[in-house]
Amino acid sequence: MTSATVAQAQFPDWNWLTNPRTHERVLGYTVEHVELTVLAVALGLAIATPLALAAVRWRWLYTPLLTVTGLLFTIPSIAMFLLIGIAYDSYLGRATALTGLAVYSLLILFRNTVAGLDNVPDDIREAGEALGHTTRQQLLRIEVPIALPVIIAGVRVATVTTIGLTTITALIGHGGLGQLFITGFNRQNPTILLVGVIGCALLALLADLALVFLQNRLLPWARQE
Amino acid sequence: MITFDSATKRFSDGTVGVNELSLHIEAGEIVVLVGPSGCGKTTTMRMVNRMVEPTSGTVTVDGQDVSTVDPPDLRRRIGYVIQQVGLFPHKTTADNIATVPRLLGWDKHHISERVGVLLELVGLPSSVAERYPHQLSGGQRQRVGVARALAVDPPIMLMDEPFGAVDPVVRGHLQDELLRLQAGVHKTIVFVTHDIDEAIRIGDRIAILSEGGVLEQFDTPEAILAQPSNAFVADFLGGERGLKQLALITVTDVRAEPGPVARPGDSRERAKEVAADAGTSWVVVVDDHGYLLGWLGLDEIDDAVPADALSRFSLRLKATDTLRTALDAMVTSRTGVAVRVKAEDHGDRYEGILTQEILTAELT
Repeated sequence: MTSATVAQAQFPDWNWLTNPRTHERVLGYTVEHVELTVLAVALGLAIATPLALAAVRWRWLYTPLLTVTGLLFTIPSIAMFLLIGIAYDSYLGRATALTGLAVYSLLILFRNTVAGLDNVPDDIREAGEALGHTTRQQLLRIEVPIALPVIIAGVRVATVTTIGLTTITALIGHGGLGQLFITGFNRQNPTILLVGVIGCALLALLADLALVFLQNRLLPWARQE
Repeated sequence: MITFDSATKRFSDGTVGVNELSLHIEAGEIVVLVGPSGCGKTTTMRMVNRMVEPTSGTVTVDGQDVSTVDPPDLRRRIGYVIQQVGLFPHKTTADNIATVPRLLGWDKHHISERVGVLLELVGLPSSVAERYPHQLSGGQRQRVGVARALAVDPPIMLMDEPFGAVDPVVRGHLQDELLRLQAGVHKTIVFVTHDIDEAIRIGDRIAILSEGGVLEQFDTPEAILAQPSNAFVADFLGGERGLKQLALITVTDVRAEPGPVARPGDSRERAKEVAADAGTSWVVVVDDHGYLLGWLGLDEIDDAVPADALSRFSLRLKATDTLRTALDAMVTSRTGVAVRVKAEDHGDRYEGILTQEILTAELT
């Protein structure tokens, strides 16, 4: 009976919260979390953008690509990371985590990029063509820039999703703030768990605000309130 | 300048958009393609810059078959304005206007100088240069569209219902401005509209097309109104053909009659004589310097013609007015005639009167 109360840490756990080593660790996890998220979304974009451009150019590619990225998205995340681990023959590499996270971002990034390009109004396409843009100039100077707000909207959703998913990669040793969930659980310490949750939420919020800020700076014509 | 030689467009579903069209457009004229929807007017226009390729036949510009020119090169030499304007939302007014100069690799200094000139040409303040399209009014956007099309001073302009999306008042202004602009730049303009009144107002010549892209008549507005070539054209011109014709003739095109003129102080007998000569029951009263004072019924004259207490001609025709305005003046004045004047600093100098007989003679 007393063993349960001993195992259950007090809440809030001021000892843990005020320990300098805790601060060091949380900071390290945060940096890792940000790195994983940024790299994963960048990797996702690097794959999804050419796929989207191809799907816009060759319409018949759209449905199969959407189906594949959609199927990947439905794979349960734990199974996904374990599967990729088998493929890489290692569960502890950062590459495992990154690959999985990037794969999950594909569907959102692909779909939004295609939607953004599709949504360029016909009259603007017509004007671009009629003024003498080549196919390439039309894409790079007219269509992609006009699709950017929708593409960025996709990046925002993908980023927030990835920040959440990254916590799961803690199971394979690279989870950023997700590491706190495991530690908190093992020690039955709600304080540690809560710091992880709040950290993730703050990170997602900050990332989203940063992207909105970036969009407003880069695309003043599509300013978001 | 632009020649269609048996140009035909058959779409993949088998429908014919343009049928064996042969048409020659002279340099410096405005040719309006007009007709009901489905008549192939836009398709015809788009053959000029290869936005549409004819299935058979050819289109030549300056003697060169357009199918032998690389489309982007061809299009950069041809201005293009559409109803929805199609301004690029991610570019400022200045950058929109600079589109073709940039494609042609003009240097920065040259471009910004040209943008300034164009803004002034289309009547926009330089303050709009850094605004985005969504920050402009409909009329301003349309002007930016025209400036963008004129950027590299192309000899040819294609305009597809450019004023279709603005309200009638602004449309009237934009039409006037186009004509004013054209008087200075002398472009060869192919203008598409479904509005026959706009066609009559804008066109040096009008090509009337019927469904399936068949050319029904190609002539000046005056000739088409006076002699529609067939029932389709007559029907398309609609009612009030006479009024539309009158609107094309300015008052300086016809000779005014001297009219029954009296001066203040003339005797009653003298006034009666003048009126009898002109077949009226009233006289125009003009002062010693020739300025119009008004008019007066014979039965209102006691002993002599007075200098005041006269009836006024509320609508007086100036040199730029059309016979349509003259008709308006006639039906709104109790005299039944329109008075023609020359506006001067001290007043309107009397020049004569226009009667319904003069108008009828013009139309027949």
